[in-house]
Amino acid sequence: MRHANILGLLCLSAVLCGCARKAASAPPPTAYGSVLVEVSGGKQAAPVGTRLEQPIVVQVNDDQGNAVTGALVSFHGPSSVEFDPAAGSTDSSGQFTATVSLGGMAGRYQIVASTLTKTQQTATLKIEEMALGYQEVLGRELNEQYCSRCHNPESTPERVSNYDNLEVKPHPFTEGDTLNKMSDPDLLAIISHGGPALNKSPLMPPYGYTLSKSDTQALIAYIRMISDPPYQVPGMLYTKK
Amino acid sequence: MQTPSKNRSSLWRKLFGDPLRAFGIVSVTLLLLLAIAPAKNHFSEWRHYQNSYLTMIRGRGEAITLQRHFQSGIQQIWHPELGVVDRCTSCHVGLKEASLSDVNQQPFRRHPPIPHNLEPYGCVMCHRGQGVATTVEEAHSSTLAWEQPLLPARYIESSCGQCHRAPLTGTPQLNEGRKLLASSGCVHCHTIKLPEGGTLQATDDPPSLLHIADKTTREWIFTWLKDPTAYAVSARMPNFKLSDNDARDISGFLIFNSVASPGDTLALKQKAAADPSAGPSLYGESFCATCHAVQNAAGNLVGGNIGPELTRIGNKAKPEWLAAWVNNPRVYDPGTAMPHYRFTEEQVAILAGFLQAKNDSDFLANVHLDPATPEQIAHGKLLVTEYGCASCHEISGIKKPENFAPELTRIGSKPISQLIFVAGMRHALPDYIAGKLRQPRSFAPGLKMPQYTFTPVQIDALTTALLALNDRSQTLPGTMTVPNVADSTYRPAGKAGQLMNDLACFSCHRINGRGSSLAPDLTWEGSAVQRKWLDDFLRNPNTLRPALIRRMPKFNLKAEEVTTLADYIMTVYQNPAFDRDSLPNSGYSASDIEHGKQLFYSKYACQGCHIVDVKADKGYIGPTLTAVGSRLNAAWIYYWLKNPQALRPETIEPNRNMPDEDARALTVFLASQKESAKQEAKR
Repeated sequence: MRHANILGLLCLSAVLCGCARKAASAPPPTAYGSVLVEVSGGKQAAPVGTRLEQPIVVQVNDDQGNAVTGALVSFHGPSSVEFDPAAGSTDSSGQFTATVSLGGMAGRYQIVASTLTKTQQTATLKIEEMALGYQEVLGRELNEQYCSRCHNPESTPERVSNYDNLEVKPHPFTEGDTLNKMSDPDLLAIISHGGPALNKSPLMPPYGYTLSKSDTQALIAYIRMISDPPYQVPGMLYTKK
Repeated sequence: MQTPSKNRSSLWRKLFGDPLRAFGIVSVTLLLLLAIAPAKNHFSEWRHYQNSYLTMIRGRGEAITLQRHFQSGIQQIWHPELGVVDRCTSCHVGLKEASLSDVNQQPFRRHPPIPHNLEPYGCVMCHRGQGVATTVEEAHSSTLAWEQPLLPARYIESSCGQCHRAPLTGTPQLNEGRKLLASSGCVHCHTIKLPEGGTLQATDDPPSLLHIADKTTREWIFTWLKDPTAYAVSARMPNFKLSDNDARDISGFLIFNSVASPGDTLALKQKAAADPSAGPSLYGESFCATCHAVQNAAGNLVGGNIGPELTRIGNKAKPEWLAAWVNNPRVYDPGTAMPHYRFTEEQVAILAGFLQAKNDSDFLANVHLDPATPEQIAHGKLLVTEYGCASCHEISGIKKPENFAPELTRIGSKPISQLIFVAGMRHALPDYIAGKLRQPRSFAPGLKMPQYTFTPVQIDALTTALLALNDRSQTLPGTMTVPNVADSTYRPAGKAGQLMNDLACFSCHRINGRGSSLAPDLTWEGSAVQRKWLDDFLRNPNTLRPALIRRMPKFNLKAEEVTTLADYIMTVYQNPAFDRDSLPNSGYSASDIEHGKQLFYSKYACQGCHIVDVKADKGYIGPTLTAVGSRLNAAWIYYWLKNPQALRPETIEPNRNMPDEDARALTVFLASQKESAKQEAKR
């Protein structure tokens, strides 16, 4: 009887030790920084559940703003978000890189990167990413096909932007300051009937006879999703509970 | 001390000693037993969710409307013809409530907008899972008794593909996966039967190895077999992970087995390039980069992916073969997608010399092969048969094997019990498929499937496309599916047809549903353009779209070839909807032209995308219209303005729903933009 008890205790402690070891699987930090900064990878959009095209890269800096090598960085997010890897040490340039797959619900996702400081406090950095549902994916495709050549000022070798050639500059769709003030019916009107429908430039042609109403609504859903600052009314923010 | 048996008997006496008491006890026990069923029901998960839903909506402004829509009890969607029995809406009660768009608490979220109503299809049709289950665990996950877990959101587009066999704008991942399935060589080994009949056809064209010894050396074949990406980072051939000896024997066999190409492949003697510096400009002028990529100093590939990468072509191609290929590729490979440029002998020498210089001196430096022995050649032949090389490549004396690899027609419904998982892998079909694509040989020793170099995004896309190949997609009634329109097999006839084949027009242009969409669709070209312009353009193509990096190359056509092609295009490629001569191309009054100009610049603001006046206009999207009156027929311009998509469905020019008189006025203005007038004005 007594032996069994001891054996049970031994088993329990072994299990506990195993758990403890598992929890501390990330290597201990060899250095500490004080600030986390984003290098790249924020504000990306990808269809629900899929990997973001670019990895998230963050950098740990010390008080003087120098990069810190060997600091421990970990990523957290809503439970459906996956990181690969979720934690690790910064490389020789003080940076840590992780690929991210967003959750299955369309909306904005808040991702938190954190690192330990010398004083055992946690420095955090919030990064927002966007998961696109069916409507937004369709909107993004239509945007690429019909809108981005004028509305996206950036050129690629494959697609030269027409933005600079236009006398009246179109609004890039991320320009939340302006576009968030326009209601959905206003956007629907200007896309379907062209600029003059809202007393704006005729350089914006009407697409109401080319795109269906549901296509136009999909475009609006996409524009609302990528707007920066975020569009206020719908679009949800998923954060860690 | 009382014994346990004595204890028990006294309890027995206490409970059942008196008949009345015994009756009471039995009744209470029975009642309790009877209460188990309703209690289980009462404490069920779905009732708990329904109650919390009611609590949640109570505080909302539209509570009364929501309350009216709410139905308590187990809800079910049943479609026997689709095999759908869904009870998901028992817990997911707010799916159709548009006003709940601000709720992000599951299971009460509104379903995001999709093009279908939810009832006619149910939930499992797209999301998989066990529709009949009424607990969260059983409905969502795979348990011992239930095999089908929910489909991860990452692959959700595969569900669209069950009915939609044609590409949809809203499913880019599925479209990409299907494209990869056809272009990565999967269907050379795996059969995929299409529900509408026939099998999925490969869109890639692996080279024939009949005359391989004319083209390259055994050393190159050896290195290529060992690791194709060492030669070209964009190599499409997968890595078979052959041992040195196996690669030695296969290369020995292929060279031994090669028959000399008929024709004059080797007859053409390479002459020294007249001017080596002319190489890059000839390569550029001929728009080789439209199809071929070259790795630049930074390691990035620059150029198209229609033809093979040319970074180290000098290591692969024999000089005399390369010159013969540049001279006329159709001699070596009659079915090649590469056009037969009519280069002069000097140009052939310049270009071949330029390409030959694209090599890496270290590449084959360490490869030394002794002449192959008959045993090695025999072993090579055995390996070629074993690995199914002839599934992709034409090899003399070896037949293309049939059903070489498992059929994938219903791979998306393969039961989990039939799958073998690698340790550490999640036991689910999507993970299995993705794992097979990532590392096919890791599943068991001795597997033949080679290692591909798919990116994670490509693996997800391919998995999505494969999951769409399932029992349901095979058995759905035809009325419920949207069939794919297969590429037509259109072939132009006669001398012009031969010429178009020789020039590989279909590698860039689409005509009557066949060909690539890289360049404009030419189905109605005869109605669109004027004869003189077409003659000039074929002789010396100049660009219509200044912003494009891919342009029509100059083929050095002979005068009679230009005539043959132009005659054919003008006669055959006419739109039956209108007569191209129904409006005059010139002779309009100055006031009519001015009116059209007003409309062009103010009402329709066409200058946003087009250029008429090179000094003032900047629009870079549509073709330049500076001399459009010398290029297009007035009737075509008119009908184009009325409805561009009716003439070229894929054009991005919006339909303006233009009144007839505006379309006419604009036509007058555009038809008056003549080449000769502009040139005189310049002078």
